[in-house]
Amino acid sequence: MLAEKYITAISTISSNAVSKNEAKVFENPNAGLPEFLLSVYQHFQLNYPKFYKMDNLSKLGWLASEVLLQDSFAGDSYQSEEVGVVLANANSSLDNDLKYFDTIKDVPSPSVFVYTLPNIVIGEISIRNKFKGEHAFFIQDTFDADFIEKQVSYLLDKNILQACICGWVDVLEQDYKAVLFLVEKNKKELSILFSAENMDKIFKDN
Amino acid sequence: MKEPDVFVVADNVLSPLGKTTAENFSQLKQNISGVRLQNSDISFDDFYASLFDENETFIKDGDNLYTKFEQLLIASIGDALQDSGIDTKDKKTVLIISSTKGNISLLETEQYAPDLQKRIALSTSAQLVAEYLGFTNPPIVISNACVSGVLGIITGMRLLRTGQYEIAIVAGAEVISEFVLSGFQSFQALSPQVCKPFDKSRDGLNLGEGAGTIILSTQKKYAQNIKVLGGAISNDANHISGPSRTGEELAFAIKSSLNDAALQPEDIGFISAHGTATVYNDEMEANAIALSGLQNAPLNSLKGYYGHTLGAAGLIESVISLQSLREELLIPTLGFKDNGVTARVNVCSELLPIRAKNFIKTASGFGGCNAAVVFGK
Repeated sequence: MLAEKYITAISTISSNAVSKNEAKVFENPNAGLPEFLLSVYQHFQLNYPKFYKMDNLSKLGWLASEVLLQDSFAGDSYQSEEVGVVLANANSSLDNDLKYFDTIKDVPSPSVFVYTLPNIVIGEISIRNKFKGEHAFFIQDTFDADFIEKQVSYLLDKNILQACICGWVDVLEQDYKAVLFLVEKNKKELSILFSAENMDKIFKDN
Repeated sequence: MKEPDVFVVADNVLSPLGKTTAENFSQLKQNISGVRLQNSDISFDDFYASLFDENETFIKDGDNLYTKFEQLLIASIGDALQDSGIDTKDKKTVLIISSTKGNISLLETEQYAPDLQKRIALSTSAQLVAEYLGFTNPPIVISNACVSGVLGIITGMRLLRTGQYEIAIVAGAEVISEFVLSGFQSFQALSPQVCKPFDKSRDGLNLGEGAGTIILSTQKKYAQNIKVLGGAISNDANHISGPSRTGEELAFAIKSSLNDAALQPEDIGFISAHGTATVYNDEMEANAIALSGLQNAPLNSLKGYYGHTLGAAGLIESVISLQSLREELLIPTLGFKDNGVTARVNVCSELLPIRAKNFIKTASGFGGCNAAVVFGK
């Protein structure tokens, strides 16, 4: 029999606002993206100096993961290898690729080049939380909740993972959106069933 | 319910060494490498890499409609499909594309505009390739650094195991442009000669272009073929651009993939290693192999022949290893002379007749990712 799976936390960052479990927890209406991301970092008092060297995609995904896990995730109840991350977006790392390409004309920057891969954001989330399990980054025209649901379900049903962060993290210049779901096997107070329909609805509401 | 077995139906390698698996394998048996000193517009300094000739075309028709990246995919998948009898239109057939940078070279030749953003997107390329070859299901695109190719195979295997599809065509391609080359130069990761995986004097990697395709199926008519037996991914959770200090995380992926395949370390006849020839990768990888109890299995790295083909590497190197299994002949590690890693691993340095039943392919990449996949008769 397949294990029941629940969305035990949700975080979204879009349109200059941050939500946790579908309630707005922070907004900073008129800021451009870099200023906005910095204000999120400061508001939640995250104290993680590595944040400053990240590109916008990693900052966005990492911030969304911090909001997602804060007060919602008992990391101690899992082994490192039991937690994974499955993400998707449309623009890969193009936002940072453009910035790296600008440095080529002068002196190519290794510290910018390293962020020219979309899965680096998974690396950043994994380093912060010591997640050593399965992960994957998919490129999709638009968020394919059905596909993501099947990927994550396979990992949880086969006990390859016991918990998984999944969702969408996309940035291109001033356009951005992050929607992350924490999926676990134990039902919690506010949890909803892990399904493509539920993910799709929350994605479209934000 | 028991999951169905996943069989290898057909495959292809398209590289500067040849346009089919057979052509490539024949070149490798003669110890011919695609890596040579390149004098190219994409770099002020000459560099060693395995690149296609500048004016080479890969498909007969419409080569002006498709970028080099897309042509490589079309040609590689097209060759693998040839005479296979596979219907790409079938709802039970899915296409999986792996690449790190796809069409990024367009930044170098085109003016940046919103149109170009869409043209660069990997989904656009995947859609064009899928349409050209007649697929009706939307393609799946994976971009997970240098494990993209192996992750593509694992994703295909899992999609077939669940019964959602019966045929998965997994393809990867990479084009080396100024963008990618300058990045590796800035990292000082490139070797000033043909690279030397696992060797004492190894001093960096070579880059390479190419494409690879593996067609997988659960259909019983392929039951005599080699199988994909298992696979796994892990993350170092240590550093975004440097490998794990211990290799424990790659070892975890190796052990998990052996578990998935229901095999023991002694069942593995040889290892197709990542072996980029950077100091840290090879050291980490050798540790991981020893931690997994695989230190005695003959091991090769094909980077001296192909360079590092990034998102295509997992496919190209898996296909060559499949051919090794069929021809019972392990390709040596070009450039290797003296063991330069701490863990005692068994690096193959000359063409080796083998009676292997199974092999494992490993890969690691930026973002701390590790992958392993097991194939067997």
